[in-house]
Amino acid sequence: MVLFQQIAFVLALAVATGLFVKNIRQIRRNILLGKDEPCNDHPGQRWKNLLLLAFGQKKMFRNPLVAMLHLLIYAGFIIINLEVLEIVLDGILGTHRLFHGFGGPLYSALINAFEFLAVGVFFSCFIFLCRRNILKLRRFISHDLDGWPRSDANYILLAEIALMTLFLTMNAADTLLQARGYSHYATHGTGDFAFSRLLHPLLNGLSNGALVTLERTCWWLHILGILAFLNYLPYSKHLHILLAFPNAYYARLEPEGKLRNMPAIQQEVLYAMQPETAPPTPADGSAPPPPPAAASAAAPTDRFGAKDVFDLSWRNLMDAYSCTECGRCSAACPANTTGKLLSPRKIMMSTRDRLEEVGRNINANGRFTDDGKNLLSYISVEELRACTTCNACVTECPVSISPLEIIVEMRRALIMEDSNAPQEWNALFGNIENNFAPWKFSPDDRDKWTTEA
Amino acid sequence: MQVPTMAELLAKGESPDILFWVGCSGSYDQRAQKITRAFATILDKVGLRYAILGKEEMCTGDPARRAGNEFIFQMMAYQNIQTLNNYGVKKIVTTCPHCFNILHNEYPELGGRYEVIHHTVFLQQLIDEGKIRLKEDGPYKGKRITFHDSCYLGRANDIYEAPRKVLEALEVELVEMKRCRSKGLCCGAGGAQMFKEEEKGQTRVNFERSGEALDTGAGVVAAACPFCNTMLTDGVKHAEKEDAVKVLDVAELIAASIA
Repeated sequence: MVLFQQIAFVLALAVATGLFVKNIRQIRRNILLGKDEPCNDHPGQRWKNLLLLAFGQKKMFRNPLVAMLHLLIYAGFIIINLEVLEIVLDGILGTHRLFHGFGGPLYSALINAFEFLAVGVFFSCFIFLCRRNILKLRRFISHDLDGWPRSDANYILLAEIALMTLFLTMNAADTLLQARGYSHYATHGTGDFAFSRLLHPLLNGLSNGALVTLERTCWWLHILGILAFLNYLPYSKHLHILLAFPNAYYARLEPEGKLRNMPAIQQEVLYAMQPETAPPTPADGSAPPPPPAAASAAAPTDRFGAKDVFDLSWRNLMDAYSCTECGRCSAACPANTTGKLLSPRKIMMSTRDRLEEVGRNINANGRFTDDGKNLLSYISVEELRACTTCNACVTECPVSISPLEIIVEMRRALIMEDSNAPQEWNALFGNIENNFAPWKFSPDDRDKWTTEA
Repeated sequence: MQVPTMAELLAKGESPDILFWVGCSGSYDQRAQKITRAFATILDKVGLRYAILGKEEMCTGDPARRAGNEFIFQMMAYQNIQTLNNYGVKKIVTTCPHCFNILHNEYPELGGRYEVIHHTVFLQQLIDEGKIRLKEDGPYKGKRITFHDSCYLGRANDIYEAPRKVLEALEVELVEMKRCRSKGLCCGAGGAQMFKEEEKGQTRVNFERSGEALDTGAGVVAAACPFCNTMLTDGVKHAEKEDAVKVLDVAELIAASIA
């Protein structure tokens, strides 16, 4: 029987790990569809960001109460993993409470700490469920989340509550069997644990056999639940528990006000202004040779700004996978809060949706085949036009996402690829080009303020 | 007023300590011109050797770049950098956070490297150094004033304290809006919105922000950006509070209080 359980466990573990690795590789492939962008400078500052923003959750503390609850769930997630290690080893080796042998009092102290965290996670998740479904906070009732995203968030909270309940019930059944001196449970005398013992009155009426069944069922459901959760991550907003770390490390270090330069256009303007700097044309006066066709067929053509996910940087695409759809960005967005169509959170969700679609396309066809769609099938011009580039979304994001970079790149494509600008902006461009000011004033009047009182 | 240009100084074989970058709004917009003159008055009073580019100054390209037109931006940047480098400019002060941001953050990688200071930081330095002396009984002493953070000063460049220190030097009663500093709400003008109609929504961003400013009960809304100034002035007018509440630049408050 034990051997059967061991085999079943190893199989489950192998399948879950295999699937998880496959999914993560696919996500990595999708992220790397983006343009290259070197982000390895200033490693010191980057490690500091990783510690402060990801491990320390610094930005979450802009709202201290929610930050404490979130920290509890997160600490539970990280620390309870020690317990999961024991569970996995027990499963493989067919042992029971393997680590107990290494030090009884320390073991009990650790499990007590895990139980404290489990109870903390339980209540935090409960409060978060209430915040999402009863309190009706604006960022949670937003239409951004209609459909799957809203269910996704609730499933995660319910799953965590279920896992914690299983963990505590397992401990309660185990310690009760110990007290009764039953079978091998008696040989691991951990004594009662701080929180699970409170469940004893509920279980006292059960027979030894029923308790063993309960303990085994909880043990199995708990670990299978964790393995299932692991494989749920790639399909969920909850992927942030993994990607928040690299995202913090690779976060932009420059001031938020600085936009990404476009060296190609810088060069082109330089050649126009100083023709002598342009590369020489062939002596016979013919046009320079076009770029080899092979290169443009292999990679989507380089365009100005972004029309599709391929035109964004890999960091923008990792941003999309790191977003947990909390909506702090949209709650701070001046456009969104005054009723405009733009929602920075939706920009990130749409980018991920399109990227996933492209990923499925690649899975089906071996390589990306034109599907007649692009990012603009998901993000409307009206949304892009509403942005004031105020950086509120960037400042708010706890995991260092920049919706603004995507918005600006898409605006660039609208203007420079499609000549799609509102009338007023065309006038603006014309004025700057001809009068060197955004309004229709003569350059000769620029210093007129010195003469008028 | 007499404001020397770089060209005039060069003709005399002189060079100034600092270039005052006026910006398009400060040059052409009637309301912003007052801010420009207020700041120039302060520079005169302090006895600083400064100059402007005058007719040679051009738009930095900020609204074009943020609307998505990189070509226009690069053209403007190229020409401005040529002008600035030809004069050997080292240090620039500007009254516009958008100009400040672009000169400070975006021109360097295009070959334009200068020490760039926003006027609120510059004013704070001058006060700290004792170069600006304020009247014992200035017109704003004890007055309830709220400060509106410009996005391109605050979140974009982490400058939150300098303008507040300047206001404290005026011994005003500084009150904060519900959303301030890194949580400050935009005025609605950035990202080239200044030059187009807002997209449709329930209200305008500047109405929302002006409402927050009015909620503080302040008699003066202090701004540090000509665009914010325009947007908030319109918002205050829309709320029909323009007689009770003035929107003024930090430089104007100092100019009125300088000894």
